Amino acid sequence: MNQIRNFSIIAHIDHGKSTLADRMIQFTGLVEDRNFKDQILDNMDIERERGITIKSQAVSLPYRAADGQEYTLNLIDTPGHVDFSYEVSRSLASCEGVLLLVDAAQGVQAQTVANLYMAMEHDLEVIPVINKIDLPTADIERVMEQIDGELGIDPYKAIPCSAKAGIGIEPIFEAIVKKIPPPKGDDALPLSALIFDAKYDPFRGTIIHCRVFDGRVRAGDQIRFMYNGTVYRVEEVGKFLLSRSRTESLGAGEVGYIIAGVKTVSDVHVGDTITLDGRPCAKPLPGFREAKPVVFASIYPIASDDYEELSIALEKYKLNDAALVYQKDSSVALGQGFRCGFLGLLHLDIVQERLEREFNQSIVLSVPSVRYRFSLNTGEVLEIDNPSLYPDPAKIDKTEEPYIRATMMFPEKYLGTVMKLCLDKRGSNTRIHYPSPGRTELFVEMPLAEVIFDFYDRLKTLTQGYGSFDYEIIDYRVSDLVLLDILVNGEKVDALSQIVHRDRARERGVHACDRLKDEIPRQMFKIAIQGAIGGQIVSRSTISPFRKDVIAKCYGGDITRKRKLLEKQKKGKKRMKMVGNVSIPQSAFIAVLKSDTD
Amino acid sequence: MDRRAPPAPSAPGLYVHVPFCLTKCPYCHFHSRSPFGREDVKRWLDALSLEAAFYRDLFPPFDTVYIGGGTPSALTASEMGRLAAAIRRNFAIEPFSEWTVEVNPGDAAPGLLAVYRDLGINRVNAGIQSFDDETLSFLGRRHDARQAAKAVEALRSAGFDNIGLDLLYGIPGQTVEEWLETLSAALRYEPEHLSCYELTVEPGTPFFVLREKGVLPPLPEDLSLRFFMETSGRLTDNGYLHYEVSNFARDASLRSRHNRKYWDHTPYLGLGPSAHSFLEGRRWWNGEDLDAWEKALREGRRPVGGEEVLTTGQRCLESLFLGLRTSEGISLDGFREEHGIDLLALQGGLVERSAAEGLLVVDGGALKPTVRGMAVADGLARLFSDSLSLRDGVSCPSGT
Repeated sequence: MNQIRNFSIIAHIDHGKSTLADRMIQFTGLVEDRNFKDQILDNMDIERERGITIKSQAVSLPYRAADGQEYTLNLIDTPGHVDFSYEVSRSLASCEGVLLLVDAAQGVQAQTVANLYMAMEHDLEVIPVINKIDLPTADIERVMEQIDGELGIDPYKAIPCSAKAGIGIEPIFEAIVKKIPPPKGDDALPLSALIFDAKYDPFRGTIIHCRVFDGRVRAGDQIRFMYNGTVYRVEEVGKFLLSRSRTESLGAGEVGYIIAGVKTVSDVHVGDTITLDGRPCAKPLPGFREAKPVVFASIYPIASDDYEELSIALEKYKLNDAALVYQKDSSVALGQGFRCGFLGLLHLDIVQERLEREFNQSIVLSVPSVRYRFSLNTGEVLEIDNPSLYPDPAKIDKTEEPYIRATMMFPEKYLGTVMKLCLDKRGSNTRIHYPSPGRTELFVEMPLAEVIFDFYDRLKTLTQGYGSFDYEIIDYRVSDLVLLDILVNGEKVDALSQIVHRDRARERGVHACDRLKDEIPRQMFKIAIQGAIGGQIVSRSTISPFRKDVIAKCYGGDITRKRKLLEKQKKGKKRMKMVGNVSIPQSAFIAVLKSDTD
Repeated sequence: MDRRAPPAPSAPGLYVHVPFCLTKCPYCHFHSRSPFGREDVKRWLDALSLEAAFYRDLFPPFDTVYIGGGTPSALTASEMGRLAAAIRRNFAIEPFSEWTVEVNPGDAAPGLLAVYRDLGINRVNAGIQSFDDETLSFLGRRHDARQAAKAVEALRSAGFDNIGLDLLYGIPGQTVEEWLETLSAALRYEPEHLSCYELTVEPGTPFFVLREKGVLPPLPEDLSLRFFMETSGRLTDNGYLHYEVSNFARDASLRSRHNRKYWDHTPYLGLGPSAHSFLEGRRWWNGEDLDAWEKALREGRRPVGGEEVLTTGQRCLESLFLGLRTSEGISLDGFREEHGIDLLALQGGLVERSAAEGLLVVDGGALKPTVRGMAVADGLARLFSDSLSLRDGVSCPSGT
């Protein structure tokens, strides 16, 4: 066990986490240079394209240290987005130390701080690493001041490196060996292993990623998931040497995988404890929490006939994404679909994009919603995330919505504009902190609903990309909520209905009407678009009909040509959804969700 | 000429394409050779006889003949005589048929027109385009306003009592008022027929190249509509019947019998390069190149460049978009018989809505577009056919 180190790399997005992981893997010779591709741990196209890690990954790195000893360094790569902070916390719980990566040009950012706090909560040894020191804009001195002043870490512990150029990699290995403590644990105790991830393999079922704290697990063992008591027989255990590598057993302190005939990843809960059915441990490892969706939206196939196909696609998709929850839903305007719960907007984006790209589905998404709480005069309390279930307004006593505490960091000169943005978004209890000269850390309490609409995009724009953002959900607060409906030619498009704060209703109604006006192509009849609260119209726009749409000449030779033109125009209509007598293109639904700043 | 009621509406029409022009107009996308020699005309006439022979027994007697182009009036009197002879030699032509020739105002010499009369040509369509010199020069026409006027007078003097004038509007820089002046000038001659087209810029023309460069922007919709409505209004006020999107007749009997065949799936035969034919649900078209067309015929082959057999859905779509272009509209019974669809029962009450918006009327068992409806005939056709494709079972599917 003394030869094992379990660590993770934490960083603000774009600070070079995946590149550093790549370089460390290369340094150990685990993969030949010619077989190497960038972001080796990011398997999905979407991860490589967006430069973010969505799924956790683990890899065991063999390393002969300067002291002559052979070590096994288990790198647990974590997702790099606030939507996945629970997954990050479980990965960190599997480690004894972290590399805290800071970009030499951008310095400490909101997620750097949030990640550091999380590492500290888990009592992890923190090794600061300053990355990208070869950039012309690198300012190592300033970053060291920030590490000292803003993170409270001795800046002289920081290791300068350039993951891209391969500078300073060996000192990082040495620091891991010397500074991060070896895992503690006892092989002789009953098994307790922490699940930090699960992946689906079409041939083997679910591959459980875990860290063994005590005890030992082997093929043939009967294991039990402590959260729901289900029992499985272990088929195979092993370690991650880039690909899976079968081993005899996994013992205390080790990181590896278990295959036990578990059908889907949804049967496995990240954060759950695995023990032996015959000799269970006394209590589960701390920190388990069921992954809870916070953003909800419905998905509909563009063509109603494709509902079955979408259903199969979702089922397949779900095999590998336990965080997505869904159930059948139906819309008057859009037909049958699914109500889905997501960890956040990025998660929603990813699900939508993967369904379209990997599963070839053409879908329409309803306006995302958070989960609201309604207390009725009957004493009943309802939690509602679907505007179509909005209760009878006459029965509502009290409405509440979830609040978050947002943490933002940005250069001080943007304070005014960011403050204004936060107030626009109904922010309150603002607290400002100046961690070092010229920099601002802002804490604001805001409704979650305001954040999911367009907050992050606008923050990025206002701060010219220098603003960073992190949040946690704090509580529910009383709020004056109303149901905003969007009507097209008098017909309600229920997928565009939104639960909104009364002060927001008009503005959101105008936004929806304007966007629909831009996106819905002109048709043969006038199209009236309205935003309404109950019977009251709060916004409207009109799409004027075609008044001239005919080709001047049409004689013998023109007929075939002209018919083909009409046929082509008809084909173009396929990606439209008929609502009443109006064809609404998919892009219109998307546009309503987007902010004006896009 | 005789204006008795035409024979059975199903009698086919014959079109002959004369692929020669003295000069090319920069907006025209029809096939023609320019310049050309008499030898070219001779080869074309020889080949035309060969082509006619292929179809001699395929069509019932024709009751309209339309000689278009190109510039038919660029043929000499004797060449036109040979053409008429070839037609009569190969095909049965009903008595009291409509024989139309397109005439360029620059060619309207009394001698030539007298020969036309002798050959049995009883209808002329003059490509006047405008009575404004500046507009004519912009359009690259070889005649001016004075020649245009003289040409119409010459046609009348030659004894033609069925004269059609082609006019163009929506020319860049042209105001509606300027256009109405041209229209008034045309009305002074009391033509039996008027075709008023909005200038369209077709791919492959010099005007198209200009548009690509941004020099010749398309007409804004509102202005296009104003031209259209003002034209219709002015001509209707003067007693003309607006019987098709771009066509007007002094009375119902003066509508172009030939062109109407294109709009209601009546068979027609087209001879000459680029000509289209339609018979029993099949449409075929000749290649556009004069030399290739002639070579095929000399080698004993039909010079067909392509053909299609209309699916029921395509036929249905054509019935819709062609019918909605005409004041006669779509016969409800006829449509039900041909396609098995009741247009009044269209999903979403489309007919009622269109009628409520003033685009259609249901009158005399037909769906008839109003003038405003004609202005959006393509859109209406799309809308109706979309609704048909949505229905299960009785479908009007597009494509095959």
